[in-house]
Amino acid sequence: MSASAYAVLAEGVVKRYKGRKEKGGGKRALDGFDLAVRPGTVHGLLGPNGAGKTTAVRVLATLLRYDAGRAEVAGIDVAREPRRVRSRIGLTGQYAAVDEGLTGRQNLEMFGRLFHLGNRRARQRAGELLDRFDLTEAADKAAKEYSGGMRRRLDLASSMILQPDVLFLDEPTTGLDPRGRGEVWEAVRALVAGGTTVLLTTQYLDEADRLASHITVIDRGRAIADDTPDALKNRVGGDRIEVVAADPGDLEAVAWAVDRVAGGGLVVTDTPARRVHAQVADRVAALTEVARSLQGDGIAVEDIGLRRPSLDDVFLRLTGHGTTENHDAPEVAA
Amino acid sequence: MTTLERNPATTGVRRPGNGSDPGPGPDRGHRHAYWAVVDCWNITRRTLTHYQRQPAAILWQLGFPILSLLLYGYVFGSAMMVPGGGDYREFLMPGMFAMTMAMGFMNTAVAVVTDASKGVVDRFRSMPMVPSAFASGRGAADLVVSAAELTILAVTALLIGWRADGGLMGALGAFGLLLLLRFSLIWVGVWLGLLVPTPEAAGGLYAVAFPLTMISSTFVSPSLMPDWLGFVAAWNPISSTATATRELFGNPVAGGGTWVEEHAVLMAVVWPLVITLVFLPLAVRRFQRLSR
Repeated sequence: MSASAYAVLAEGVVKRYKGRKEKGGGKRALDGFDLAVRPGTVHGLLGPNGAGKTTAVRVLATLLRYDAGRAEVAGIDVAREPRRVRSRIGLTGQYAAVDEGLTGRQNLEMFGRLFHLGNRRARQRAGELLDRFDLTEAADKAAKEYSGGMRRRLDLASSMILQPDVLFLDEPTTGLDPRGRGEVWEAVRALVAGGTTVLLTTQYLDEADRLASHITVIDRGRAIADDTPDALKNRVGGDRIEVVAADPGDLEAVAWAVDRVAGGGLVVTDTPARRVHAQVADRVAALTEVARSLQGDGIAVEDIGLRRPSLDDVFLRLTGHGTTENHDAPEVAA
Repeated sequence: MTTLERNPATTGVRRPGNGSDPGPGPDRGHRHAYWAVVDCWNITRRTLTHYQRQPAAILWQLGFPILSLLLYGYVFGSAMMVPGGGDYREFLMPGMFAMTMAMGFMNTAVAVVTDASKGVVDRFRSMPMVPSAFASGRGAADLVVSAAELTILAVTALLIGWRADGGLMGALGAFGLLLLLRFSLIWVGVWLGLLVPTPEAAGGLYAVAFPLTMISSTFVSPSLMPDWLGFVAAWNPISSTATATRELFGNPVAGGGTWVEEHAVLMAVVWPLVITLVFLPLAVRRFQRLSR
């Protein structure tokens, strides 16, 4: 067994889908994908739809065989010893993969037995997990009667039966209401505090910002950036000033006012939104200056403010498109 | 791996050393066989727990055959003629048993596609259980449920006047052939369940399956059908099982004298073996292709 400083390691992983075209046959879903996740952290894997996030997770969780490269989870080679990997990981996918016809308790006991805990230990473990995920009251109700958040918590609990070294969370909050998302976030934080490493894919960049200490951006099957959220934001640049004009006719005058503080930088005018924005070096001075000159010219403003770059900006800059757009969508000006 | 050590206070479970982590090297030998059986039983138990929680589900599945029993037995029954003589209801019952077993593949298919589309199959595949247990456990549970279905149908049939005069051995042989047909169709069900995308699409299979079960000797002797249709019906595997069980139960057979009808008991063994030989590998291949 090779000792590894990483909980998850992928080097040059290639995955080609065989089979029918409508399922993406022949396409390289992963095209030399690299990933290194440090133990005990939440690592976000972000990318546009079709970039290869889910394929990467399925390869690492032993559900898909890959064609080239190397992948290790918990120091174990994924291709050579998938069964050993399986006893070290948990997987929570886009659907809450629980048996809806069984109660929460019956689900956990069944999965416990299938993890080879034995009847008595499986029963005991189910009790512990129900308690920990705040499901004790609903333990003997059928899972189909659970709310979305409860079901996802039961799903998480099922992934935690063996206290896995690595937990794969593939869009764990897609389709949940804000309350359900909050419940899942809380559960994930508790797991990481207990020492589990989490690889998280998500469409919600604010979710990655809240949970992940490290982020890899994937596009067209390759990792195109890999850093902490703050470092990624700094890469995009400093603060921005943003002005929304009350009258579309004033947009040009607003753009002139912003241009004076932009220091020669790009001034972007978003006509439909009546918004002008630009990067600025000295945030407070720029805000004061623009406000004063607009007031002096008698231009009415609906909103004026400063904005830190968000992960959305990072995303647009790196991939040239938003999270939900396809590759063939026209480029968005950033 | 020292980096993966963690605070013992938060470690809920020590990994059992009994096969969850098979240790370095390939899994092999009797230990694998042991877990194949244990995992299969746990998956079987899961399905049986469903029925334990909702015993009415079994009656729901039997709704169609029981309704058919009553409709055909009483509404059409007196107008139905059994070539070679004999009571139509006596003729009908073994046919209904065979048809119920044949349609059982739908239950398998719907259960499998539901698991696949809800991510349950992926969860099982990401766990250290023996992969074959998913299908073997499903099949074992389906056989237990089918045996229960046959019992309920037989009791219903006895209540409305059906009698088996073939003796105990004959009756046991007949039930054995019925379950053999059901066994072979488990693999058709698993294969279809992994092939179709959604449970709704699987429901659409009824439209195909229903005529296939009707063009058989279930309700009417093939000798009463147009020649070409009678030929197809006589060679239908369901007909072989239906005719063979009629013989074994000592009920009217109404055979048309063709070779396949004369050798119904033989064919009721051969057909399920052929179906298993074709569809078991297909189902296994389909399952393995999930990782491609």
